[in-house]
Amino acid sequence: MILDDFMMRATLAGIGVALAAAPLGCFVVWRRMAYFGDATAHAAILGVALSLALSISVFAGAMVIALLMALTVNLLTGRGYAMDTLLGVLAHSALAFGLVAVSFLSGIRIDLMAYLFGDILAVSRMDLAVIWGGAALVVALICWRWSALLTATLNEDLAHASGIDPKREQLVLTLALAITVAVAIKVVGVLLIAAMLIIPAAAARPLSRTPESMALVAAGIGSVSALIGLRAAYIFDTPAGPSIVCVAALIFAGLSIVGSLRTSGP
Amino acid sequence: MSLVNVENLSVSYGAKTVLAHVSLAIEPGEIVTIVGPNGSGKTSLLRSIIGAVKPSRGRVTHGPDLRVGYVPQRLHIDPTLPMTVARFLRLPGGVAPAGIDDALTQAGVPDLSTAQMSQLSGGQFQRVLLARALIGKPNLLLLDEATQGLDQPGSAAFYRQIETVRRDTGCAVLMISHELHVVMSASDRVICLNGHVCCEGTPEVVASAPEYRALFGSGTMGALALYRHDHDHAHDHDHRHEHTEAAE
Repeated sequence: MILDDFMMRATLAGIGVALAAAPLGCFVVWRRMAYFGDATAHAAILGVALSLALSISVFAGAMVIALLMALTVNLLTGRGYAMDTLLGVLAHSALAFGLVAVSFLSGIRIDLMAYLFGDILAVSRMDLAVIWGGAALVVALICWRWSALLTATLNEDLAHASGIDPKREQLVLTLALAITVAVAIKVVGVLLIAAMLIIPAAAARPLSRTPESMALVAAGIGSVSALIGLRAAYIFDTPAGPSIVCVAALIFAGLSIVGSLRTSGP
Repeated sequence: MSLVNVENLSVSYGAKTVLAHVSLAIEPGEIVTIVGPNGSGKTSLLRSIIGAVKPSRGRVTHGPDLRVGYVPQRLHIDPTLPMTVARFLRLPGGVAPAGIDDALTQAGVPDLSTAQMSQLSGGQFQRVLLARALIGKPNLLLLDEATQGLDQPGSAAFYRQIETVRRDTGCAVLMISHELHVVMSASDRVICLNGHVCCEGTPEVVASAPEYRALFGSGTMGALALYRHDHDHAHDHDHRHEHTEAAE
C-alpha cells in the first residue's frame, strides 16, 4: 500500500500542512500578525510537555496551549503593553516553561529536537489522518469566513457597517492558527511553523492581483516547497523540516527579485 | 419614521467622556453635515451609529428598513494585500458585475474596475470607497471626512457627486466635514458638535452666526473662533441648548 512508504507519508503530511498554512498565512501577513503566529507556535512546546506528562495526545495538548496563548494575547492587547512586548514576554516564557517542564519528565525519554524542528519522516498513518483532518478544518473555516475575514482585515469600521463583528473574525483566525500549529509540530517543529505561514504567502504576493489568487498561489508554493524540500532532505541527508523552509525561502527570494525587476523595468 | 434615532447618547473611553447627551434623528432623503473642532466627538458619533462604539448612556435605534453605506475616514490597505477595485466592491457579499459597474458610474469612476487599489490616486480612492458604500443601495450614506487629503477642487467635485447621488437615489446623507464652505450649499441641516450639540439649524442659520463668518474669514483665526464660541448666543432657531459639564 502506498501509505506504507515513509517518504510518501512525509510528503503527504508536508502538503497537508502547506495547504492549511497558505491561506491562514496570507491573513497573518496582511494583518501583520507574524510575531503573533510565532508566539502561538512557541507556546505549543509547553503543550507538548504537558501532554507527555499527562499521557494525552500531543496534538490535543499543543492545540489547547496554543489556543490559550492566542486568547490570552487577544485579551491583554491594549491594556498598557505594546503588542510586541506582550508577545515577547508570553511567547518566550511559554517556551522556557515548556523546556523546563520537559526536563522534569525523567521517566520518559523524549527527543526534544523532534518537537523543536519537526520529525516529518516519522509521521505515522494516524498522524497523517490528524494532519489532514486539521488542515481540512482550517481550510473549511477560512473558506466559510473568507469574505468577513477580508472585510475585517481591511477596516474594522467598514466591517461593523456591514454587520460583521471584527472581534469574532479575529477569534476565527486565532482558532485556525492554534489548529495549524498543532498539526504542523510534527512536520516542521514549533520553531519553524511561522515560516510555513509567512514565507509562501510573502512569496505569492508579487504574482497576485486578488486576495484569492494570493492564497491559491501560496498554497502551491508551500506544496512545492514540501515536495522539493523532502526530496532534497532525502538526497543530501539534511533535516526535513528546515529543508522545506529553505526551499520556500529560496522561492521567495527568486520571486522577489523577479517581481522587483518587473516593476522597476522600463 | 426616522432612519436613525440617537437619544441622549453619551460615549466614554475610559474616564474620558467624548460625547454627552447627544440627541438627533436622520430623516429619509435629507443631507445633514456635522461640523466641530478636532476631538469634538464627530467620529465617535458616526461610529456609534454603525455600532462600532457602545454607548455608555442613551441609545441609538435604527429604522426597520435602514441600509447603511459607510465611507470611512481613512482606509489603509496593507501593500501586502493585493486587491482589484472590482474585488474590493464585492466585499463582503457577492454582487453581480452589473452592480459593480453601476456603483462605479454613480461614484463618477466608471472605468476603474480592473485597477489595483494601491495604484489609485487619492480622489479615485475616495470615489471607490463611495462606490462601495453605494453598492448595497443604501438609504443612509455615512461619510467621515471623506475628502481628507483631496485638494479643494477635488473635494468640491466629490461633494457635487454626493448631491448627484442623493438626487438620483433619494438616500439620506450624514457627513462629517471640516470644509463647511464647500458642503454648505448641499446640506439641509448643519449640526455643530463639541462634545454635545452646541448649535444646529439650516445652513443659513449657522452661516448667519458671527462665529461662522469668523471661521471662514481667515484660516486659523476662524477655526479658533469656532472652538471658542460662547454658548449663550441666540440664533433664530427653535431648539433648546443642552450644555453639560463634559464640554465646558
